[in-house]
Amino acid sequence: MSTSEGGRKQIRLAAHFPGVNSTTVWADPRSGSQIDFSSFEHLARTAERGLFDFFFLAEGLRLREHAGRIHDLDVVGRPESITVLNALAAVTDRLGLAATVNATFNEPYDLARRLASLDHLSAGRAAWNVVTSSDAFTGENFRRGGYLDRADRYTRAAEFLATARELWDSWSPDGAPRPFAHSGPQFRIGGEFTVPRSPQGHPVVIQAGDSPEGREFAASSADVVFTRHSTPEAGREFYADVKGRLARYGRAPGDLKIMPGVTYVLGDTDADAHERAAGIRRQQVSPQNAILALEQIWGRDLSGYDPDGPLPAIDPDPDSALVQGRVRVADPVAVARRWRALSEAKGLSIRQTVIESSGRQSFVGSPATVAAALAEHVATDAADGFILVPHLTPGGLDEFVDRVVPLLQERGVFRTDYSGTTLRSHLGLPEPVWKG
Amino acid sequence: MTSTRTLHLAAELAPGSGRADPGPETAGRTVALARIAEAAGLDFVTHDDSYARPGLDALATLARVAPETRSVGLVPTVHTTHTEPFHVQAAVATLDWVSRGRAGWGIAVSPTGAEARLFGRRPAPPVAELWQEAGEVAEVSRKLWDSWEDDAEIRDVATGRFVDRRKLHHVDFQGATFSVKGPSIVPRPPQGNPVTVVDATRPAARDTAAHHADVALVRASSAEEAAALRAELHRAARAHGRDPGQLRVLLSLTVDLDAYEGGPGALAELIAGWHGGAAVDGFHLVPAVPERDLERFAAGTVTRLRERGLFRTAYEGSTLRDHLGLARPVSQYATTGAGS
Repeated sequence: MSTSEGGRKQIRLAAHFPGVNSTTVWADPRSGSQIDFSSFEHLARTAERGLFDFFFLAEGLRLREHAGRIHDLDVVGRPESITVLNALAAVTDRLGLAATVNATFNEPYDLARRLASLDHLSAGRAAWNVVTSSDAFTGENFRRGGYLDRADRYTRAAEFLATARELWDSWSPDGAPRPFAHSGPQFRIGGEFTVPRSPQGHPVVIQAGDSPEGREFAASSADVVFTRHSTPEAGREFYADVKGRLARYGRAPGDLKIMPGVTYVLGDTDADAHERAAGIRRQQVSPQNAILALEQIWGRDLSGYDPDGPLPAIDPDPDSALVQGRVRVADPVAVARRWRALSEAKGLSIRQTVIESSGRQSFVGSPATVAAALAEHVATDAADGFILVPHLTPGGLDEFVDRVVPLLQERGVFRTDYSGTTLRSHLGLPEPVWKG
Repeated sequence: MTSTRTLHLAAELAPGSGRADPGPETAGRTVALARIAEAAGLDFVTHDDSYARPGLDALATLARVAPETRSVGLVPTVHTTHTEPFHVQAAVATLDWVSRGRAGWGIAVSPTGAEARLFGRRPAPPVAELWQEAGEVAEVSRKLWDSWEDDAEIRDVATGRFVDRRKLHHVDFQGATFSVKGPSIVPRPPQGNPVTVVDATRPAARDTAAHHADVALVRASSAEEAAALRAELHRAARAHGRDPGQLRVLLSLTVDLDAYEGGPGALAELIAGWHGGAAVDGFHLVPAVPERDLERFAAGTVTRLRERGLFRTAYEGSTLRDHLGLARPVSQYATTGAGS
């Protein structure tokens, strides 16, 4: 296991294909297709040119709706992840290929088979980001339909993953198929798996939950955690907490990599970068998106309000069903109170308030500033690396690879060549022990 | 070309039974075979998939092949019995995107109790019900592929809208065993609808083929038997309100060119004879050993057919529908103009 070269803790880097939300700017003239294979190829090749650990695809199983209608303001539409990654395996050699796939709306035999196939077809570069879903809204597209109790989500995900690993272990390392049988509360299956043990043994497992159950699941079972804690303070708290849970499962701190999803804006100088960052936030919050952001907090139809005017005087509807297919705000009344206070204190309009309140980009500055900040973040145990989320398709990673990666390499905190061929080797993860 | 009817040729790439186990060499092997098929100008390659014997996921395997080929159609077998229709259609649509319009899918059902135990979700229903369900999966797939009209994406900066939501449609499909709300998460694929292939050899599959297939595969031991099967499929297609001119019937031939009397040349004679007699629209070669037989088929059989002007010497179009002479369908929601 090599987490350090020359004594310095090494940074792990991944590239997230721009998402279907307002982070991704589509009104920019440089914005390309979100669905053509050429966009995926460009981003993946750029990530590989930058010697990244892996390329990451999110998943959507139902188009978002707002007030009973399909949401139309953001980029929407994406391919099925595993199929795209198999195609990308043909145009890349070393880059890890990570698919987000829901454990609620799949079955272990089929998904384990598809992931093992990807691992074979990419010669050991597959990863699975395990997510769960509980909403009946998404369920309307699936046989199993309906609602899964929130508490049962991790129960199902944990048994799903354990079952997948039994399938991946069902062939002996020397290539003999052996029957499997699994019997648990969620799944009772048996037979023979069609896929020989794959190059990584098990594809790399990524997990993204932040609740206590999610952290425990990650500590027990995941290889990588995709977190949202991008500030140093929150990062260090999360890092210490999750790494602290590993020993209970007989795992070492290096066995689980913690990688926050982060955004970034570069400029020739820090001042340039901050100016660009402000411009991007204005692009991300169009007048229509400002009203929509407000409606998501208020849970009410606010289409009659002027985005350049003051915030509504009425309070949010805490029981609203206006928004479907995206994560609900936990305490809308408190958020509304905070936004009103901000608007009154600074004299901001609705749109200005939303821009001001929406998250700042995680890393903003000249390449030197950003490289220093990333290195500091990892050196101080706020993270093991980053999943970079560009705001433009497909060119949003180019500048980072051209200008920041060389500086990280100069600092001795990022590889100057791939030393292995599998994603596990890039991440410094141990080979899974075969449990025949 | 002297023939007025286009001859269509396809070949199966999956290893014959009892061959070596699949593994990391699958990618290189399948790419090499697909390139042989492409150099020979074949309409498409198929790749079988089975839960009963070793093998990688077929759709995954052909997705891996897509960027390393340019013209040949890619038709993996996809099972509909224990899988989710919504995932299946998204994967096939995505294969069409990554191949830039060369995808099809060969529908298969999983009738055995052993297959049912792998999934543990329900016992295997009778085979007739499975083919009826497969037909419903084909139907909902078409609806989901059509659920984004071609011009749904507008990127209208003035109004801040990325899509015109009037051109995105809930499909509200209610089948006997499943329902799907829609729309798809995948924008309408390049071919509009990827090509649907059904092996109509078994009578239980025949009505589903006549109703839903763009290409039906049949098996027959004489030209007369093949012609009768084709006529039966055409009649049934008409009964379902379809234009039989939009259904291609290909004869599946399992061939061991080592043992085939007269070799590749005799096979060319048979193909020319049966096709010339209008018994079938083309042939689907199932080689006993693809690594050995496909190259011989290309060098021996296809070359002779080309010399006689019976088979294309270059691809004229870029999509699988182009090769098959099938029109790109208009979205079934395009004329309704109804909101989602």
